[in-house]
Amino acid sequence: MQMNQPHSVSSELLLGDQAIARGAWEAGVRVVTAYPGTPSTEITEAAAKYPEINTQWAPNEKVAMEVAYGAALTGARALVCMKHVGMNVAADPMFTAAYTGINAGFVIAVADDPAMHSSQNEQDSRYYARAAHLPILEPSDSQECKDFTKYAFALSEELDTPVILRITTRIAHARSIVAEGPREDIALKPYEKNMAKYVMIPAMARKRHLEVEKREMSFAEAVNDSPLNTVELRDPAIGIITSGVAYQYVRDALPDASILKLGIVYPLPMQTIADFAKQVKRLIVIEELEGLIETDIKAAGIACEGKALTGIQGELTVETIKNAVLGTPLPLVSQTDLPGRPPTLCPGCPHRGIFYVLSKLKMRVMGDIGCYTLASLPPLSAMDACLCMGASIGMASGAERAQGKEFSKKTVAVIGDSTFIHSGVTGLIDAVYGKEAITVLILDNRITGMTGHQHHPATGFDIHGDPAPMLDIEALCRACGVEHIAVVDPLDLAETKRVILEETQRDAVSVIIARRACALIDKAKRPIYYTDGCKNCGACLKVGCQAIERRGDHIEINAALCTGCGMCSQVCPFGAIQKGGDAK
Amino acid sequence: MSEKCLNIVIVGVGGQGSLLTSKILAELAKAKQLEVKVSEVHGMAQRGGSVITHVRFGSEVFAPLVASGEADYLLAFEPLEAARSLSYLKPDGQLIVNNERISPMPVLSGTAIYPEEPYQSLLGSTQAVQALDAHKLAVEAGSFKAVNIVLLGVLSKHLDFTEQDWTNAITACVPPRTLEINIKAFKAGRDSK
Repeated sequence: MQMNQPHSVSSELLLGDQAIARGAWEAGVRVVTAYPGTPSTEITEAAAKYPEINTQWAPNEKVAMEVAYGAALTGARALVCMKHVGMNVAADPMFTAAYTGINAGFVIAVADDPAMHSSQNEQDSRYYARAAHLPILEPSDSQECKDFTKYAFALSEELDTPVILRITTRIAHARSIVAEGPREDIALKPYEKNMAKYVMIPAMARKRHLEVEKREMSFAEAVNDSPLNTVELRDPAIGIITSGVAYQYVRDALPDASILKLGIVYPLPMQTIADFAKQVKRLIVIEELEGLIETDIKAAGIACEGKALTGIQGELTVETIKNAVLGTPLPLVSQTDLPGRPPTLCPGCPHRGIFYVLSKLKMRVMGDIGCYTLASLPPLSAMDACLCMGASIGMASGAERAQGKEFSKKTVAVIGDSTFIHSGVTGLIDAVYGKEAITVLILDNRITGMTGHQHHPATGFDIHGDPAPMLDIEALCRACGVEHIAVVDPLDLAETKRVILEETQRDAVSVIIARRACALIDKAKRPIYYTDGCKNCGACLKVGCQAIERRGDHIEINAALCTGCGMCSQVCPFGAIQKGGDAK
Repeated sequence: MSEKCLNIVIVGVGGQGSLLTSKILAELAKAKQLEVKVSEVHGMAQRGGSVITHVRFGSEVFAPLVASGEADYLLAFEPLEAARSLSYLKPDGQLIVNNERISPMPVLSGTAIYPEEPYQSLLGSTQAVQALDAHKLAVEAGSFKAVNIVLLGVLSKHLDFTEQDWTNAITACVPPRTLEINIKAFKAGRDSK
């Protein structure tokens, strides 16, 4: 992290995410909150390094949106951060916040993930800006991340509206040089009760909706003069309209092309676009994911090309843009017959025990979002469905309503601790209320794992690592009305199997909490394992551990990777895996 | 692709330290007042999967990613990953590869075979290669984790920075308690043939 001297005024190499946090700090922001989500997580982590900002993890994006809104409503500049699918969760308060407007500046940072490096879909957040009638800004490198964030706060206060700042993975996780400035001295604004503006009952909301429309129409005119939209006239043969990281690709792919670079992608500067269109022979819109800009331009009666050339799938590249615009052949891809290297559960991962047992028992598994989606890959292959945060429990209930109680005796919902708190608990309340007989496995690894180890309300620590009140997951489940709650160590395979068999047979909702810390945070030194007298049967290979490898006529355990979890020795039918290698 | 820009692609397996490597390169470029962009991989891809990091620096840098066939250097922490990303390398580019093989899950679970010579037959006739046992050199320097810095030492022979520039960049990026090992690992790579 480059943020160890947040007060210095110099230039630093920052991720786009870190630059947004820096911009927020310079803009005098006082409150930042988020639920972690790749590729947006590092915005909040970077913000937490500034003592002037009250930064905290929220249990989900909706709560984060509401907390940040509450701060802005009462006079503090506030930033809320999320990944694209998090915006679905936060959309409810966001749409109505567009009606009330704000008091102090309110910016919503959202990180899309074209090509789905770490996501379940590649939805385009720009649609939300249009649907909620909010301005949306799109920076194209780390410097712009910082500058646009500051601009977004000013714009938010000028227009009295939340403003969305949209980035993508290649902006969020790209590092470039950022000139840093001092923190602006922004006073806390006074708060005054204003029911007509902030209490959105129908009579008042109808009036506010008129304000939303007026504001948007006026800004759609003003945006033609915005310094964030810039024209670079070069060869008039090809004119490109683009934004975000696509701008950078276009500069490399088509160095001679004229460019209209949009920093504000909704509402569009239609007059600027019309003027640019007149100055070029061939007008092409280069935008990642959906064809929003193209559609608006065509609706305004301006001829252009776009998605017919680039498509809506995945990320753009310099090569695909050259191919789309100039017809340059795409380069040959590397050898495709090489063995793949998919991500896997880490050596020592406690989730492995659960999925090994579920796989052996041939259980149907309603999965959820987290590291444990990796158990869907061979050799564990222990997942039937994975949809979104918190969905596993609702899916299990729905399956029972469709197929009957017997179905639930061979089905489990599997969800992580952080995901359960995010949006699984409401599904559990529903299952009890609906008198289902489902079994829910809460994989409590004491951290938000996949996004890189963020604390949550049940870890007992806050974002700064300071002690915080610890949510009691067992008590929460009991309060939901669950009568059968078991706690197991997922690395004790025999006990885990016994408990799963027992709990799935019940005619009521059961919760099994599989509790063991993530292998990456569990620093306990324990003896590692080695093979002695291996019969090469391959039973241990079925646990899918990277530390276990067949070498000719026997199997070896990689001492550098083994964590001493001992799962492999429990599955060896010949007792040929021994404890006692050198402790690491 | 701009001629004013040097392109380095770093590939390996999640956990091998490609992020630190790219950070050192970026610091090095920044200290020389060059424009620099680094594209990293976080999240899902780090769990033992293939990891690819792009580093570009020069007087003017636009895209954060290196285009196919445009990498001046491919720094590979693992032979299979070298093969997977060899198409990034320029026709006259330089491959620097650690010989240490790490079997991916399909090989471990027996559904695929690790190729005998993963990248050798894919190399173009004008592409240069230095393959070395960086693991051994790292262990000799004091930690098997310093493979990345050994490879950086090899790369340093090709780039126009002084040894002091490199030492400064490494010092700025690694934890103080590992500095001695890392400097040793760097020199081992720089002195390798």
